[in-house]
Amino acid sequence: MTLFDFRLFDQPTLILLLSNLAVLGLLFGVGRFLRRKSESELDINIVRSFNRNIVAWFIVCLVLAFALMIHWVVTVVFFWVVSFWAQREFVTLTPTRPSDHRTLFWVLLLFPIVQYLLVGFEQYALYTVVIPVYGSLFVGARIAFANDPERFLERIAKIQFGLLITVYALSHAPALLTLENLQTYNSETGQMQIWGGANGGLLLYLVVIVQISDLIHFVVDRSLGKHVIAPRVNQTRSWEGLIVAACISAVVGVVIQVFLPVTPFQVFGSGFMAMIISIMGSSGGMTMSAIKRDRGVSSHGMMIQGHQGVLDRIASLCFAAPIFFHVTRYFLEQPVVETARLTILSQIAWCV
Amino acid sequence: MKAVSVPLLVGIAKLFSGATLRWVDCQPDTCQRIYFANHTSHLDALILWASLPRNIRALTRPVAAKDYWVRGPVRRYMAHVFNALLIDRDEIKVHNSPIDMMLKEIGSTYSLIVFPEGGRNTSSEMQPFKSGLYYLTKKRPELELVPVYLNNMNRIMPKGEFLPIPLLSSITIGPPMWLEPGESKNAFLERARKAINELQDI
Repeated sequence: MTLFDFRLFDQPTLILLLSNLAVLGLLFGVGRFLRRKSESELDINIVRSFNRNIVAWFIVCLVLAFALMIHWVVTVVFFWVVSFWAQREFVTLTPTRPSDHRTLFWVLLLFPIVQYLLVGFEQYALYTVVIPVYGSLFVGARIAFANDPERFLERIAKIQFGLLITVYALSHAPALLTLENLQTYNSETGQMQIWGGANGGLLLYLVVIVQISDLIHFVVDRSLGKHVIAPRVNQTRSWEGLIVAACISAVVGVVIQVFLPVTPFQVFGSGFMAMIISIMGSSGGMTMSAIKRDRGVSSHGMMIQGHQGVLDRIASLCFAAPIFFHVTRYFLEQPVVETARLTILSQIAWCV
Repeated sequence: MKAVSVPLLVGIAKLFSGATLRWVDCQPDTCQRIYFANHTSHLDALILWASLPRNIRALTRPVAAKDYWVRGPVRRYMAHVFNALLIDRDEIKVHNSPIDMMLKEIGSTYSLIVFPEGGRNTSSEMQPFKSGLYYLTKKRPELELVPVYLNNMNRIMPKGEFLPIPLLSSITIGPPMWLEPGESKNAFLERARKAINELQDI
């Protein structure tokens, strides 16, 4: 047994990872340079915030690379840890009542573990429903059983939405590694064939596009942003940022697919997917701003004194991951004929 | 045995509380101090103790309710590990004053963690302080009184629950204070309470 598992890494994936780390390193250098001369031209807080984003993405990519190399299950565990941190931030941020304590106990400790276990055991049919169906019904019922009707719907919504974003949505990022039998269009034969690439590439593609889109959004909002989308929710996020980020992401998606084909998409399909990822990422950032504004916390502030927001950093990934997963699976996974179950079902049908 | 159990308990307490510790106009020091804090959860004493720097933690004893911490072998063992000074809340008598016992136990080396509200508070406002803090400082006026504000502990484990949930919390330690010459009991206790209240907004 070797220490590293390169099945999730084919050559283009590795090159994509290394070039991404190189770009981040370069941007980090630029950030440091700006910080030194920033007193005259730029707001020091913006530069600091930019540098923090770069460092966070660098760490995420590095940890992800190691996790992917060791074993794909390590990646699942890594995302579980991130979910756990994000969810406790979310619950800390949204006030609950003492009677919600036991509901929160299950929601913080049981459901995330079940969800990631199911992802780990590749139980697609279960992990897509366990939180939206079982989880959300459980939350409502458990709070009702706790005999406290005050602001009932509001409390359910808070707990359910936190669980949905931080656990359910994020778990679709490692779930990309479990996709099997993806198809790709072969232009020579004009037919669909099984994709031979490594799934690590798909996950890395998602992370890289989300990160590029986030950084461009950040820079464009502060340099060209004139038409703020929703000033009462977030005073910096602008239409210019959203559109430019989506367009550049699409271009990057095309470029990646041309030079480093890490996905089963066609060239323009990759551009389209990158655009979807970017728009979902922007929506995630907006949603998180609205939640914080509702709670009276300023943007990029600390939820509770002294804590850096993990939630801030992963909001866009949370929104992009499930959509990317679903679209990829819906269009490209080869339908598996479940012969055994079909025969049993048809036998029953015949008997009846 | 304690070489293993102390770091383990500290680790679990820190993980579950996600506590960040901030020193505001106050430096970590191993001199004798009385840390006094607001009280909303049974875990307050444990989490504050676990969050202190290691050298200070080794010299600090939290005062905790005997009726809670001796119930069951797990709690009793935990109280033993975090070196709690257990006070019997039902049997406070003049000749068996807990103040004298605390002072005897800390001698001239240990610091104390006390909760002057007496019991856990469920409302958002702090309750008026019990007079114990005043008598402590009256008898040992040279001890530094350090206000501590604990935030969000009541959501990690509210009153009446027995299992904690892993949320995030924060601990703010403020500037030391002393009993002023000629200061009355009520004025002092009110000033101490205000010192914690002021840390809320920092």
